[in-house]
Amino acid sequence: MSERRQGLTRRLLRDPVAIVCLAVLGLIVLASVLAPLLASHDPNTSSLQDTLAPPSGDHPLGADGVGRDVLARLLYGGRTSLLGALVAVAVAVALGVPTGLIAGYYRRGFDAVASWTANLLMAIPAIVVLLVVLAVVGQNMYLAMVVFGLLMAPGVYRLIRASVTSVREELYVDAARVSGLGDARIMRRHILPVVIAPTVIQAAQMFGLAIVIQSGLEFLGLGSASEASWGAMLNDAFANIYTKPILLLWPGLAVALTVAAFGLLGNALRDALNGSRRASNKAPAPTTPAAMAGPAIHIDGDELLVVRDLRVAYDQEVVGGVSLAVRRGEVLGLVGESGSGKTQTAFAILGLLPPEARVSSGQLLFDGQQLSRAAVPKLRGRRIAYVPQEPMSNLDPSFRIGAQLTEPMRRHLKLSRAAARRKALDLLARVGIEDPERVYSSYPHQISGGMAQRVLIAGAVSCDPDLLIADEPTTALDVTVQAEVLDLMRSLQSERRMGMILVTHNFGVVADICDRVAVMQTGQIVESAPVAELFANPQHPYTRMLLDSTLEDSAPRTRQEEMA
Amino acid sequence: MSLLDIDDLVVEYPGKGWRRAPFRALKGVSLSIGTGETLGLVGESGSGKTTLGRAVLGLAPVSGGTIRYDGRVISTLNRAQRRALSDEIQVVFQDPYTSLNPAMTVEDILTEPLLVTGVSRVEAERRVRDLLDQVRLPADAGQRLPREFSGGQRQRIAIARALSRDPRLIVCDEPVSALDLSTQSRVLDLFIEIQERTGVAYLFITHDLAVVRHISHRVAVMYRGEIVETGDAATVTQNPEHPYTRRLLLAAPVPDPERQARRRAERLALLEGRA
Repeated sequence: MSERRQGLTRRLLRDPVAIVCLAVLGLIVLASVLAPLLASHDPNTSSLQDTLAPPSGDHPLGADGVGRDVLARLLYGGRTSLLGALVAVAVAVALGVPTGLIAGYYRRGFDAVASWTANLLMAIPAIVVLLVVLAVVGQNMYLAMVVFGLLMAPGVYRLIRASVTSVREELYVDAARVSGLGDARIMRRHILPVVIAPTVIQAAQMFGLAIVIQSGLEFLGLGSASEASWGAMLNDAFANIYTKPILLLWPGLAVALTVAAFGLLGNALRDALNGSRRASNKAPAPTTPAAMAGPAIHIDGDELLVVRDLRVAYDQEVVGGVSLAVRRGEVLGLVGESGSGKTQTAFAILGLLPPEARVSSGQLLFDGQQLSRAAVPKLRGRRIAYVPQEPMSNLDPSFRIGAQLTEPMRRHLKLSRAAARRKALDLLARVGIEDPERVYSSYPHQISGGMAQRVLIAGAVSCDPDLLIADEPTTALDVTVQAEVLDLMRSLQSERRMGMILVTHNFGVVADICDRVAVMQTGQIVESAPVAELFANPQHPYTRMLLDSTLEDSAPRTRQEEMA
Repeated sequence: MSLLDIDDLVVEYPGKGWRRAPFRALKGVSLSIGTGETLGLVGESGSGKTTLGRAVLGLAPVSGGTIRYDGRVISTLNRAQRRALSDEIQVVFQDPYTSLNPAMTVEDILTEPLLVTGVSRVEAERRVRDLLDQVRLPADAGQRLPREFSGGQRQRIAIARALSRDPRLIVCDEPVSALDLSTQSRVLDLFIEIQERTGVAYLFITHDLAVVRHISHRVAVMYRGEIVETGDAATVTQNPEHPYTRRLLLAAPVPDPERQARRRAERLALLEGRA
C-alpha cells in the first residue's frame, strides 16, 4: 500500500504541470491563511477619501468603489472562497463515499434506494435550488455551500459505487471473505484503498466547480455583506467597470488561477495513476542471449516460408536468432512455456509487433521470393493469415459477424457485396456452423467462444492464404470444442495444402496436428524434429523435461496408493 | 462419516431484468468428501463446477438442498456464523493474478487471516515464515509485492494463505490451469505433499482430466449443472461409463502422435455412432 502511494506521489512530482499547480495552490492557501499578517487594512473598513484610489504604498493594489483596500479584500476573500469550497467538497465526499461503498458492496435494497435518490438529486437544477435556499435562509454562503455539496454528492456516490462494484468481483475480495474477515475490515483493507485515488481526482474537480458557483452567487450579491469574497469583489468591480476596469483583474485572476490549478491537478493525478498500471507486468527476460543460432535448417526449394536469424528485442532480447522453415502443406508446431518467445516469433513473422519492438532478421523468404519486412503487411490477410488465441477479443463487438467476414474479401479479392456474402455463408457452413444465416447476422456476443473461433478460422481462410499462423488457437476453448476445432483446422489445411505455424504449449495438440515441431526456450529454438521422432527420442534436456512434466501418462492416484 | 456432504444442492442466480426466470446453475447435486481425501470435480466451462465450489465456500446463493460439514448444516449460515468456519474451509482460486491484492505485501496477505483471529503480530509473522517455508518460497518473500512473483510462485502464496488457518478442507478452483506445464506438475506435487503431511481434504475443481487423475482419489464429472458420473479416479478417467465422460476423455489429446491418432479415430467413431 505505502509503496504504491509513494510511487504515485513520485510520478506526480515528475509532472511539471502538477508541480506548477501545487505551487500555485500552495501560495493561494498560504496567502489566505496568513491574511491578517499580510494585509495592513481591515477588508471591510471603507474610507471615503480612498474611493477608487490608485495603487500606492498604503494600498498596494489600490482601493475599491467604497474605499476598501483591494489587497486585504483579495487575501480575506481567499479565505471565504476556499473555506466555502472546502465545506461543499467535504459534504459531497462525506455523503457520497460511504453510501457509494455500502451500495457497491452490499447492493440489493440499499443500492436501489440510494441510486434512485442520487438520480433524483442529479436531475435537480443546482443553481435554482441554491437561489431558493439563499432567498429563504438569508445570505449565508456556508449553508449554501452545504446544500451545493449535497447536490454534488450523487456524482461522488456513482463514482465510488462503480469502482466498488468492479473491485468486489476481484478474487482477492472473495479470498478475504473466506479467510474470515468481517465486512468492515474487507472494506477498509481491500476496497477503500482502491477508491481513494478516484475520490481525490473527483474532489479536485469539485473544488474548482464549487469556487466558480460560489463566486457566481456572490457576484449576484447573494453573499454575506460582512465578509470579503472574490465574488463580492467582482460585483463591486463590475459597478465601476467604466471608471476603473483594473479592479476586475484581481478577483478574476484569483478565481481563474485557483480553478485552473485544481482542474489541471486533477488531470495530472489521473495521468499519474494510469502510469502506475502501465508500468507493471513485464515478461520474464531471457537469461542467456548466447550467440547460438539454433539447429541448422535444410532447404530444398519446396519451402513456403524460410526465416533465418530472426531477432526481437525490447529492453532485452526476447527472440535471439530463430531460424525456421515451413513447407507447403506442412504444419510446424512452435512449442514452449510462457516467456519462451514463441508468440513473439509468430508476431514478428506476421509483422504485428508493437512499434517499440526492435526486429531484425537475416533473411525472410516467402514462396521463393526474398521478402523485405515492409512487404509483409501487403501479404497479411491475403496470403498469410492469422488465427488468434482469444476468439472473442478478436471480433469487433459493434459489427455483425457477416460484415467482419465480408470486408476483407471485398477488399482483397475485389468481390461484389452479394458474392462476398455467398462466399461467407459457404465458409461458415464449411467450418461446421449449423445455421450460417443466423450466425452471419449475429453480433459477436450472441455466439459462443467455440463458434467465434470457427468464425475467425473461416475469416482466416477466406482469401485462400498459403500460410496460416495460429497462436494458441484452442487454449481458451473446452477440450471437446478444442478437439473439434483441431479437426477443422486439420481438414482445411490438408484440403488447401496450406503451410501452418501452430504456436502452443500443449504437447497433446502438437501430437494431434503437427508434422514437425520446434521447441523454444528463452528466445531460442533448442530442438527441431519431425513429430514422431521428437516424441520417441527427444534430444535436448529441456524437451525431455517438458515431456516428463505432462501428466497424461501419470498413474491415477488411487492405484498408486493401492500398490504402495 | 464424511467431512463434507452435499445433498440435492440447487443454486439459482436471479434472472437479469424484470421478472426474468432465474438461472439454475446447479440442479440437485449430491457429493461427499471424506477426511484427507481429494475429490476431483471435472467439467467444461458453464457446467457449474465453479458454482459448486463457491456454494461450499458460502459465496453462491443456495436455493435448495443442504451442505453439511462435519455433520453440521452450513448452507444456511449467516455472514457472521460463516466467518467462524474460516478455520475449517479455505480456498485456492484459479487466477493467481487477481486472487492476491496487488497493493499488499506477501506478508500482509498472509498475516491478515491470522490477525483477525486475535493472534499477535509477532506470532503471525513467525507463522508466515513457517508457511513460506512449507510452500518453498524464500524467507524474504514476505517483504515483496505479488507482482514481483511468477504465476507459479503466486499460486504458492495463495496456497500458503489457505494453509495459514490449518483448515481441514480446501476448495481448489482450477489452481493450476493458468500455469506452465513444468510449473503445473510441481504445484500439484506440492498439493499432494501437503495433503499427506496434514491430512487436509481437497475439493479439486478442474477441466483437465490428466490433472484430476494425477491428484484425485475419487472423481465426479459435471455436465450442465448435474453430476453424471462419480467413482474412483482410475475408473472414471480410464474406463468411464457415461457417454459424456467418454467424449471428454477422448477429446483430450495425448502427447504421443500414434496414440493420439488412435484416440482421434475412436472419438470420431463414437461421434459417428451417436449421430
